Amino acid sequence: MRPKKAPKIVFKSPDDMPTMICSVGHQTHNLTGAWRNIRPEVDRAKCLKCGMCWKFCPEPAIEVIDEWPVVDYDYCKGCGICAVECPSKCIVMVEERR
Amino acid sequence: MTQEAKKEKKFTMTLPADELMACGHLACQGCGATLAMRYMLKALGQKTVLCIPACCWAVIDGPYPYSSMDVPVYHCAFETAASTATGVKAGLEMTGDAETTVVAWGGDGGTFDIGIQALSGAAERNEDIIYVCYDNEAYMNTGIQRSSATPYGAWTTTTPVKHFKNRPKKDIVAIMAAHRIPYLATASVAYPEDFVKKMNKAKGIRGTRFFHVYAPCPTGWKSRPEDTIKLARMAVQNGYFPLIEIENGEKTTVNMLIKQRKPVDEYLRLQGRFRHLQPEQVAAIQAEIETRWERLLKAAA
Repeated sequence: MRPKKAPKIVFKSPDDMPTMICSVGHQTHNLTGAWRNIRPEVDRAKCLKCGMCWKFCPEPAIEVIDEWPVVDYDYCKGCGICAVECPSKCIVMVEERR
Repeated sequence: MTQEAKKEKKFTMTLPADELMACGHLACQGCGATLAMRYMLKALGQKTVLCIPACCWAVIDGPYPYSSMDVPVYHCAFETAASTATGVKAGLEMTGDAETTVVAWGGDGGTFDIGIQALSGAAERNEDIIYVCYDNEAYMNTGIQRSSATPYGAWTTTTPVKHFKNRPKKDIVAIMAAHRIPYLATASVAYPEDFVKKMNKAKGIRGTRFFHVYAPCPTGWKSRPEDTIKLARMAVQNGYFPLIEIENGEKTTVNMLIKQRKPVDEYLRLQGRFRHLQPEQVAAIQAEIETRWERLLKAAA
């Protein structure tokens, strides 16, 4: 599985850089959750566990933990696809408070 | 259902659970292209090499030394996606690796306009690659310029409202079918099960395989990000983007035969790029869809 929140890579000198052009790290240090204006909230009482939110998340910021969909707010960009596609409307988009 | 029974219920996963595309990528909110990549990697698995020309995905992937995918990625020049994939495949074969799938992943600009000669050459030689074109109907990465995939009537920055695009979209499926490649399919991000099924089928076939994936772009289409899947689904249901498979350029299969096609009007109204269209122009788009369907059904019969 992918490393969660991989560190940012800093090259101190040109010698540090790999001689072969290859990716040496994950993009996961980039917490895209800061882009969000509205956040999805899952109401477990209404959730059908149908998997639509997980299936259509473009990030993918919806993880399945203990058979429940859990939104990873570090990466969720707040597009709202999950709220539109949810058949039982258990996901609502609420305004982000900072 | 009682709360207790609900706790026991398994989360439904209709797609493979492996996640080879990581979070933290640089796509816009509600991007359709990232969904297409996610479904493709779910189907193909870890033993895949990607060749990405200049397109949205060249940016989404992240700057050097990062990548948001768990598979090797080769960034290549705009016009060379298919020829780079050919070279990568030849190199892998020289090392005795015949099972790794090589995928060229281009946008509509890199497929319909700039990359078409490399793609046509690779298809003619029947190279053992999968070419996926995710179609967002303009050069979205450089700022919404008209491409030959832009449909009739659409606004882009180079076809402003007063001089909107007056020519129909290039029929890439017919062009690729004329190359008589072993497998050719269209897919939509709104039907991921269909996409994964086709990708699994393509994985087992040798030779050039071409995918035309419909990937809505909220930024360029001036639609709301939450409507991405809705738009992709509507495009299939109103016959604008039929889901088909063509084998060896001859055997055409229509995967979703829609008898009661919805009017195209509702689909156009959700997008700001079609806001200026008059009723007669909408009727012209509707008429073109009907002609295309008739032609498609004749080919499938």
